[in-house]
Amino acid sequence: MHAPRYGVQVELALYRLKNWLTSSSPYLMLLGFVLLIGFWWLSVEVWKLPRFAGMPGPTVVVREWLSRNPEFGLSIYTPEYYLHILTSLQRVMIAFALATLIGVPLGLILGWSQAAREYIFPVLEMLRPIPALAWVPLAILMFKSSEGPVIFVTFLPAFFATALNSMLGVHSIDENYFRAASCLGAKRWQMFWHIVVPGSLPYIFTGLQISIGLAWFSLVAGEMISGEYGLGYVIYTSYTMVSYPTIVIGMITLGIVGYVSSAIIRIVGILLMRWRSRELGLDGL
Amino acid sequence: MSAVAKKIEQPRLRGAIRIEEAVKVYGDPKTGVVAVDRCSFECPPGEITMVVGPSGCGKTTLLNAIGGFHSLTSGAIYLDGELLCGPGKPQAAPGSDRIVVFQNGALFPWKTNLENVIFGPVMQGKLTAREARDKAYVLMSDAGLSGIVNEYPGQVSSGMRRRVEIVRALMNDPKVLLLDEPYRALDALTKSVMHESLLQTCYRNRVTVFFITHDLEESIFLGDQVVIMTSRPCRVKKRLKVDLPHPRDHTTRTTKRFRELMDETMETVHEEAEKAFALGDREG
Repeated sequence: MHAPRYGVQVELALYRLKNWLTSSSPYLMLLGFVLLIGFWWLSVEVWKLPRFAGMPGPTVVVREWLSRNPEFGLSIYTPEYYLHILTSLQRVMIAFALATLIGVPLGLILGWSQAAREYIFPVLEMLRPIPALAWVPLAILMFKSSEGPVIFVTFLPAFFATALNSMLGVHSIDENYFRAASCLGAKRWQMFWHIVVPGSLPYIFTGLQISIGLAWFSLVAGEMISGEYGLGYVIYTSYTMVSYPTIVIGMITLGIVGYVSSAIIRIVGILLMRWRSRELGLDGL
Repeated sequence: MSAVAKKIEQPRLRGAIRIEEAVKVYGDPKTGVVAVDRCSFECPPGEITMVVGPSGCGKTTLLNAIGGFHSLTSGAIYLDGELLCGPGKPQAAPGSDRIVVFQNGALFPWKTNLENVIFGPVMQGKLTAREARDKAYVLMSDAGLSGIVNEYPGQVSSGMRRRVEIVRALMNDPKVLLLDEPYRALDALTKSVMHESLLQTCYRNRVTVFFITHDLEESIFLGDQVVIMTSRPCRVKKRLKVDLPHPRDHTTRTTKRFRELMDETMETVHEEAEKAFALGDREG
């Protein structure tokens, strides 16, 4: 409808950046990291506290991570490093996509239809508390491939979180919206599409944020048991092979990749729910 | 020209509501809470009926029975002589001939104002999206809403939202508009602007209005008929024909007749309000 106003957008972005830089938040964020790494450095490398004796310190880890010839074989210059990241990423993406494609519709139907809820919800609630790790033996028996069990274990908790939040999303919708829609002559499936789906979006995206976190979480558990690549595999094998700095490299990498993936979901959510961000005065994010 | 002639020829019968001995008991029919007790009155077609009563007296229950969201325990409600709910049919089906504008507003926040307005006819397949948009532009500009067509409801003032919601209802050419204290949350100045705007709307689109309020002044200013209810259980205490001439505007409030009507009814309403206060009922 409107011509794109890039000038205004850029100006707005610069203004936001300036505001952000003059506020305390970037410096507090920096301080948080400095405190964490400082504590790590002091306890391991300077004070050499008893419990931290065998641990790799930050300088060792960073030197290894950025080294062209890493002592233990893994750094940002080795292709395997990226192979591990990509393998993990691929598994998480497949599991997350499956969890979303199955979990969101199932959750919406559970929230929307009383009958479906009565059939399925108790079963779901009983399966949900079983930790992903407990599924590993069955998963290995079920799937013949090496990828199958890992993806299944990654999928499961993500799926439960998505389905449950989507269901709660339907319940969160104000009854009056349904009444208004029925006054206006909407049929049942139209109500599903025009009221249930958009009305649940805020909860669905909360669910997806939790879901991607859980996916990473259980991926590592899965990779420690089965698989030949992946960050969880790196961490576990590095432990058995006494390459301690590599463990920490794997952990930090997991943290970064996990952070980025949930940030992407947050941004997609904001874009899909522009009505909401506008309401809250957050337009332009 | 021919359209106008046709309109005049048609008998003005659209949207006559008749409520007969309506009773609503929540819970057990014998021991439950009686919300509405043998309520009978009529809303003449094309007129504004104001239903006044203390908060929590059961007016909304009556509106919900007409709208099709609640059942009646006994009694009957007719629309243009046809049974909406009554013996053998405890609950009416919601329909686009009776559109409710809710107390807290029910515009869909995820749709723009325009998408909200065209929702009814498009869902029912009466109009294509394009035709509905054309109609919506006309109605929205009549209501002074041209500037906010593509905004989301959350971006505009609550007064604007109420107007959008009324336009959304009018898009369906309803027989009856059911308004449940729509201006409750508005400040006095906005309220008086909204009142005039509603009257203008009613002058343009002949529609029966069933308007619930606890504001006596509002009811006399807007109403052709004022029905004063008792505090719980809800019964008709007094019916009043408002003979103030149309068209009315804000100056009507300063006329002698307006004051007389206020004085005539103030005592009755105050009495009920005190009873409701003594009962200690929760708002709503």
